[in-house]
Parts: sequence; structure tokens; C-alpha cells
Amino acid sequence: MTVILYLILASLVMGAGGLAVFLWSMRSGQYEDLDGAAQRILFDDEPPK
Amino acid sequence: MNALTPAAPRVAPAGSAGVSADAACAHCGLPAGEGRRFCCAGCAAAYETIRGLGLGRYYEQRLLDPAARAPRPEAADRLDLGRYVTANPDGTCELALAIDGLQCGACVWLIESVLGRDAAVAQARVNMTSRWLRLVWRGGEAEAGRLIGLVERLGYRLIPFDAAALQAGQDRTGRMLLRSLAVAGFAAGNVMLLSIGVWAGLVQGMGPATRELMHFVSALIALPAIAYAGMPFFASAIAALRQFRTNMDVPIGVGVILVTGISVQQSFAGGDHTYFDSAVTLLFFLLIGRYLDHLARGRARAVAEQLLTLRVRDVAVLAADGSTARRAQEAVAPGERILVGPGERVGADGVVERGASPLDASLVTGESLPEAVGPGSTVFAGSMNLGEALVVRVTAAGQSTLLAECVRLIEAAEARRGRYVVLADRVARRYAPAVHLCALLTFLGWVFIGGASAGAALLTASAVLIITCPCALALAVPAVQVIVTSRLLRGGVLLKSGTALERLADVELVVFDKTGTLTEPTLGLIETPGLDREALRVAASLAASSRHPLARALLAASGPVPAAEAVREHAGLGLSLAVPGGEIRLGSVAFCGVAAAAAAEGPQVWLVRPGRDPVCFEFAERLRADAAECVAALRALGLEVRLLSGDRASAVSRMAALAGIADWRAECSPVEKVAAIEALRARGRRVLMVGDGLNDGPSLAAASVSAAPASAADVSQTVADVVFQGEKLAPVAEAIRMARRAQAAMRQNLALSIGYNALLVPLAMAGFVTPWLAAAAMSSSSLVVMLNSLRLKAGGR
Repeated sequence: MTVILYLILASLVMGAGGLAVFLWSMRSGQYEDLDGAAQRILFDDEPPK
Repeated sequence: MNALTPAAPRVAPAGSAGVSADAACAHCGLPAGEGRRFCCAGCAAAYETIRGLGLGRYYEQRLLDPAARAPRPEAADRLDLGRYVTANPDGTCELALAIDGLQCGACVWLIESVLGRDAAVAQARVNMTSRWLRLVWRGGEAEAGRLIGLVERLGYRLIPFDAAALQAGQDRTGRMLLRSLAVAGFAAGNVMLLSIGVWAGLVQGMGPATRELMHFVSALIALPAIAYAGMPFFASAIAALRQFRTNMDVPIGVGVILVTGISVQQSFAGGDHTYFDSAVTLLFFLLIGRYLDHLARGRARAVAEQLLTLRVRDVAVLAADGSTARRAQEAVAPGERILVGPGERVGADGVVERGASPLDASLVTGESLPEAVGPGSTVFAGSMNLGEALVVRVTAAGQSTLLAECVRLIEAAEARRGRYVVLADRVARRYAPAVHLCALLTFLGWVFIGGASAGAALLTASAVLIITCPCALALAVPAVQVIVTSRLLRGGVLLKSGTALERLADVELVVFDKTGTLTEPTLGLIETPGLDREALRVAASLAASSRHPLARALLAASGPVPAAEAVREHAGLGLSLAVPGGEIRLGSVAFCGVAAAAAAEGPQVWLVRPGRDPVCFEFAERLRADAAECVAALRALGLEVRLLSGDRASAVSRMAALAGIADWRAECSPVEKVAAIEALRARGRRVLMVGDGLNDGPSLAAASVSAAPASAADVSQTVADVVFQGEKLAPVAEAIRMARRAQAAMRQNLALSIGYNALLVPLAMAGFVTPWLAAAAMSSSSLVVMLNSLRLKAGGR
């Protein structure tokens, strides 16, 4: 039954990974402007100066 | 005023904003006049600029929002930017600006592109949700004015604000809740995964060693998660207990901690059941409710704050050598002299030194007719100058005497009002002891009557706690509040206080203020039957280039007209336009050279054209278009309506009759208004006060619940529980109607969740409830409550 240990470990690592990504995205301000994000996709970026 | 409503932009082809058959202006979409491409020179210049920069796609991709301000460039007050600019360590400067007139994604793109092409700009980023622009540039403070000018020329208004102050308090709680929610969600998912294994194992024959392993792993995930995600509840529960009160968080905190403790003990004892999954799922559900609640209310409050930001005005301070410098209102010292231009609001209380002019003090005192002031008269901050420029010596600024007086009255009224106990807390007060008593009885019952061991009895008692843990109960109120708050927000009603909804639902009596509340906040043209429409159109085309309040009123009365070009503004006198054969003049009697004008009650504006008779336009306060309708709607809701005004009896009785209000009182001072409201409340009446002036502030604070239009004085708007935007009064009735529906839904939700408990508690006390049944009951009752709340999203108005 050691396979259970691997499975539990794998599920926890993946879950924690998801949690970490979420916390990172929150910290980097990706939830600050949800309306803007939805609209920006329709417009081209300005070419870099 | 709707520019800030964070509603989805309504789809409208460019140019639909106008009502006449005229062609729409290619830039702002307002009518341009037959055969013309642009309504004014400003729009033509903006169009050229945009095309010239190669950003013409803006016009193809934008969707003009009829509710927002049209992007017609206007001369704006130059604000003193210095105090808003922050210098970064790398030598760049930073500024946060609120944007008025933002319509859609294309505007965001346009503003960012225009600024991005300027060599000085390091970063320009628009936040569309909160409608503000973060601008970072090189080259020092001096560049700021030029960069703002770039955007203002396109037709947007940019108002600097103190971003640090706004952000500091703004979303620390929201972020904390969201982080807790994420942690609880992660733990709930993983623990549930293990729990299902355990439950299946109980049927299929899982070995005790494997089960113990599962329990320990669950504990490993759940314990830190509960410690972290439970903090918002524990903190609030402890705060309540410290003041010898209980709230909903007390049973939650006690329940979670007890259940976790017992589960840990069971894990070590090698027991069959642990409740880690229940504890974390409970927190997860509760955090959803709490986060949504925070989101809806935070948004309404942020919009309300931004409405005030958009009105920031500077004061022109006169130096000894006669030059003027613009400064913030708070930075003006007593003894200094300030210049109040025509159409401007007085920036500080003071005494007039030079000049004579009619002053509209409706926002301050509730007096509807302008009052003539001259040297020696006392003027109050917030009054609008309708005539020529005045020089005022400041007697008190910032903390002005009148304002300070009102603030003192407000604070006193708030202190007397007492704290409102929300429905959820009233329920919690009785619920918490009952639940804990049930658990205790279960424990004692099993030990002394059932003869069970203390451990087994504790386990049954904890099952009772799990079942009664007020998951659905705690969702019952916020779930409704979120939906109703955001629905009202879309309709332009901002609920600033969390308890406003419940207090609105209980209202029995509505007291209106007159000036600016029942009537429109600005003066309107008196539309006599003999009104010369053609002259009005001419007058309006001249007036279109002026920001004077009477010019605005002319424009509002005529409907959109193309602005005449090359109009000259004579400060404090009027406007003139050279035409073949002479000059068209619009302005005061003296300026237009009209002899022997009939004395009028309100302000007048004359129009003289070469070879035609002079035309007189008279102005007066006007009832809001739907005032009578709104009063009738309130009566239909079973409410009593009264009118309490600071204005003269003649004006009040006329407006009261027009609005259909029989019970009115005139010439009330702020103190008398407060006394009237408190007298009503002392008789046990629940009063909604609707008012806008500085003089209404104290009575707003004294009422059970208060509402103010978005045009209200800053202080009154801050005090009011509800702020409604737009020209209409209908939102008042709508808010009460929605509040009542919300109240009904909250009661249903509470009944549903208490019913669930009543059904399952006997089972739990009898010891039939296992962890999986607890988990199923908790999730399903929460879902039922959520679904019931969602009904409010739909449904007739």
C-alpha cells in the first residue's frame, strides 16, 4: 500500500503548487483590474519604445 | 454623474447620444449641427491629434456609453499638483489620477497609447475597474501639467488624488480574506479527498493503520489551515467577547476549535471518525460569504469616495502683489484673500472685501434663491458665485466655522443614535447559548443516562456542534447582501453601510429636504408657454462654451446644440459673439444694455441680437422630474412622507404641493431639523432622512437611516448611509423596495438554516450523525441558502 503514500504526496504537492500560484498572482496584482483585463485583450500592445 | 457606475458599458453606436437629427460629432458623439463634422473646436483638435498619432482605430473600436460623460474637451480648473506627486528613488515621479469620462476598453487603450508615446513617460497604466490612472514619468514635477494636458485635450478629465491614503486602508482586509479563502479551499479539497477514502474504507474494510495514516495526514493539512484561515473569525469572536457581547463568530470559533481538538484526540486514539473535513469546509464556506460581503460593500464605498475625489477644487489665493496661486482648500490660512470667479464655488468661509454678486447658497443653507452679497457680507464655503468675481478675506478655512459646527452636530447626533444591532447578531445572541446548551446536554445525557464513556459522549456532543455550526446561518445574511448591494450599485445606488439594507427595510417614514433633494441641484430655466425656442437655441449655442451654472441650465433646457465658435467670455458679465451686422450678447441686464427690465425673483439672463427684441430667460429651482411620482411610490409602499426645509415658507409650500406632500415645515435650522427627527424617533418611528445640504448633515446622522444624492455637500454625502446617483429620485423608492425583498429573503434563509438544525440536531444528539452525514448536511444547507438568495438577482422591479 505504499502507493497511497506516493499518491497523497503527489496530490498535496500539486494542490500546494496551485495555492502558491494563486497567492503569487494575487500578490502581483492580477486581481486588481478584472474589467480592464477583459478589455485589454481586444487591443494591440504599443510597440516598445 | 453616472460616469463612475461600474456597470458594463451599454452597447451604443457612436453618435446615438444626441436626440436631434443633427449629425453626430466625429469625436465626442454629441450633435454637431447640420453639415458639420465636429461640435466644437476642441473636438476637432482632439480628432486631429488622435489621427495624427496614428491611433485612429480608437474611433472604430470604441463603444460610447450614454451614461458616461461624453469626451468633449473642456477647459478645466488647473489644480495644484505638487502635493499629490510622489518622487521615486530612481528619479521618476508618480501620480495617481481619477479619470472622468472613461467609456470602454478603447479609452483605456487610447490614454495609455497617447501617454506611452511621450518621451517623458516611464509608465502609464489605467485601472478600468476603479477608473484611475497611474502615471510614472521622468523630468520632475513640472512635466505633470503637460502630461495631464495631453489626456485632457482628448476629452477626459483627470483629477489627482492621494493614492497612498486610498490604498492604505482599502484592501488589506480584502486581501487577507482572499488569502484565507485560498488556504481554506486548498485544505478543504485535500482533506475531503482523504475523508472520502476513509468513509469508503469504513464500508469496504480499510485497515486501521491506513485509516490512522489518513487521519494524521488530514490533521497535518487541516491544523495549519485552520490556524491561518480561521483568524478572521477568531479575532472577531475575541473582540466581541472582550466587550461581553456575542456575535455569529463566537459559536463559529468555539465550534471549530472544539471539533478540531476532538479530531486530533481521535486521531491519536485511533478512532473511526475525525471531523477535520467538516472544520475546514465550514471555514471555506464562511470565508466565501465574508469575502463576497466585503467585495460588494468595499466597491460601493470606493465608488462613493471617488465621487468626492472628482470634485476636488482648488482655491485661488491672492498674493500681496495681485498675482494668484492655486492652492488646496486645506492650505488656505485665515487672513488670506481669495478670488472667487464667476461660476466657481467659494473655497472658504470669509467676508467679502471687493465685488458684489448673487451667491447661490443652496448647498449650504437650503435657501433656494440666490442672495446678493457685497463688501462686508459673510459668505460660506460651498456657495456658488453666479455673478462677477469676488475677493473674499478668509476668516476660517479647512475647518470652517459653519462646517465645524455641522460636524459637531453630526457627531453629537451619531452618539445619541446608538448602535444598530443587525439581524444576524440578534439571532446569534440567542442561537449561540442554545447550541452550546444542546451540546452540553448531549454530553451529560450520554454519560449519566446513556452510560457511555466520556470519550464517546464527547464525540457525540461534537457531532451536535458540527451540525449546529452556523454555516448556512452565517451565509444567510451576506449572500443576500452581496446580491442586493451589487444590484443596487448597478442602478446607481451606493449602500455605504453594511447595516443600511436592514435599516432601510424597517423604515416607516421618509423625511425629505427640499432644496437640491426634492428639487434639482442646479437652477433650471422657467419654461413659460411663450418661450422663444429659437432664441433659446441661439442662447444655448453661445452658452455651450461657458461653465457658468446659468449657461449650463440654458444648455440643459435647450437640449444638445452645436457650440458656437469664437464666443468671448466677459468674466462676471456674459458672453458675446460677433456676427455679420453686429454682436450677439448673452448675459446680465447691464451687459446686454436692456433698459427697464422687470424685477424678477430669481436670476435672469438676457439675450440681445442685432435687429431683434431682447429675450429674457428666468431661472428658478425646479422639482426633480419624478419627485411626485417617487412620493406616490413611497406612499404605495405604505410610508408616510414629510418635508423639512430650511427655505422660506412660500417656496416650500409651493414645492410641497407640486410633489404631493401635505406635511411640511419651513425655515428649519439644522438644530431644529435634528430635533424634529429625534422627536419622531423618540416616539418609536423609524425615519429615513433624504437630504443634500451641509445643513442637512446633522439630521442625516440623527435619522434611523439616511440617503443623499451624489450632488450633496461632501459632509452630508459622507454621513449618509445611501448615496444615489443621477437626476432622479426613483432610486430612493427602489432601494426601499429592494431592502424589503432582501429582508424577506434573509428571514427565509435564517428559517431554512434553523429548520435544518431543528431536523438534524435530535439525530446528532441521539448519536446517529457520522462525519459524512455532517458534511452532506452542511454543504446542502449552504447551497439551499445560496440558491434562495440568488432569486433576488432576477425578479421584477
